[in-house]
Amino acid sequence: MVGKYKLSNKYKAVVIGGSAGSFQGITQILASLPKDFPLPVFLCLHRLKHVRNGFVEALSIKSSKPVVEPHDKEPIKRGMVYLAPANYHLCLELGNSLALSTEELANNSRPAIDHTFETAAFVYRDKLIGILLSGANKDGAYGMAKVKERGGLTVVQDPAESMIDAMPNAALAATKIDWVLKTEEIISFLGELDKVTKTLAPA
Amino acid sequence: MLPPPPPEADIEISDIRKLTDLIRQKYGYEFKDYAMSSFKRRIRRVLDLYKYKTVDKLVSVLDSNPDFFEEFISEITVNVTEMFRDPTFWKVLREQVVPNILLNHDKINIWHAGCSSGEEVVSMNIMLHEMGVLDKARLFATDLDNAIIERAKRSTYSAKNMDLNRKNYHRYSGQPETNLDSYFKEVGNEVVFDKALLQNVTYRRHDLVLGNVFSKFDLVLCRNVMIYFNQTLQNGVLSRLHESLFKYGYLAIGSKESLIWCEIANKFIVVNNEEKIYKKIKD
Repeated sequence: MVGKYKLSNKYKAVVIGGSAGSFQGITQILASLPKDFPLPVFLCLHRLKHVRNGFVEALSIKSSKPVVEPHDKEPIKRGMVYLAPANYHLCLELGNSLALSTEELANNSRPAIDHTFETAAFVYRDKLIGILLSGANKDGAYGMAKVKERGGLTVVQDPAESMIDAMPNAALAATKIDWVLKTEEIISFLGELDKVTKTLAPA
Repeated sequence: MLPPPPPEADIEISDIRKLTDLIRQKYGYEFKDYAMSSFKRRIRRVLDLYKYKTVDKLVSVLDSNPDFFEEFISEITVNVTEMFRDPTFWKVLREQVVPNILLNHDKINIWHAGCSSGEEVVSMNIMLHEMGVLDKARLFATDLDNAIIERAKRSTYSAKNMDLNRKNYHRYSGQPETNLDSYFKEVGNEVVFDKALLQNVTYRRHDLVLGNVFSKFDLVLCRNVMIYFNQTLQNGVLSRLHESLFKYGYLAIGSKESLIWCEIANKFIVVNNEEKIYKKIKD
């Protein structure tokens, strides 16, 4: 265990959720992500259901790494950033692949953060880090509880900094949150994760 | 703030095995190769709906009460759909795929594999009618779920869903003066599709997982159906869809599905990558 956040090198994936007021934060996080960040990152951001194009391009402009909207059953690669496509739920599937779903809206949303987080927690167990950003509803709170239940690490954007604090607050009420961080701190958290994952021999 | 609800017991893979084993032995349906991520959530949904605490309880109800099985099938399958879903897809059908088929054939045979409540069938009939080729078309609409086929046959939809359908239709037609509502009659809170336009449609129950190849088609639509299957099952189903197509027939899958990882990919060419339309080039 080294560094401010006492991270170990066991983590295999990062899942990030956000809604209203999260675009700026996620843009900064993606811009600061080390180019060779070794873990896969799964993004579930609330978005317009019937606008298929434009969002992934907007996120890619400043991102240090390419952001892709995966196809159903796409194999997961290390160091990739995957964005939930419009009007589909994004789920982690057994056999190191992603799965999409057109199931009912959850928390008025498709993609729903809860679905991405819950399935990621099932697959990665204690090797998952869940990060929940600004948003106007409670989507993600149940998912964060699942991440915690399976032994993962939980991080929310500081409600004081969040443009809309309902989402981080709902997660704080639903489960134990390990770190409450401002965007700048989330960036250094991920920087530390990058270093720890790369430099230490696997435990 | 309300206190958080107590954590519910996780559904384990061994629970799911018990369930799929019983369904296979007792009812002859095969769910073992459904995608775990969504299948698990569907089971959770059924447990919540009927207030069963455990999968074991569900298994015992299914074992002792065959009447419940039809209901179970309706709840476990996903029936979320729209008219003219992905309007740009329908444009490509109208401008490219259907005209190409009719260039070489007098008739066009279409299969909606996994038709759900029939919105896609309705959209197809409207499109063919507006193209003036409906009398050349023969449509098959199939689904695993008997109840949903009955709904598709009634082609009666909630009026409040029509907003989205209208928007999709206008994006498809590109002409503001066209009117989706002209094809429907309003009855209370519902709208009923003009049955005269459905005369070429045959509805029947068909199981994509275990069912046989039953005919040959010029165009097969199987959009957002195989996403609920794992890769093994997708390969099996795709090989039967391939067999169900005439050579040079078209296959349409969902906009975020892909044949890249499938064994059968080399027997198709991509017609439109954005809309995921493929053409069979090898038997």
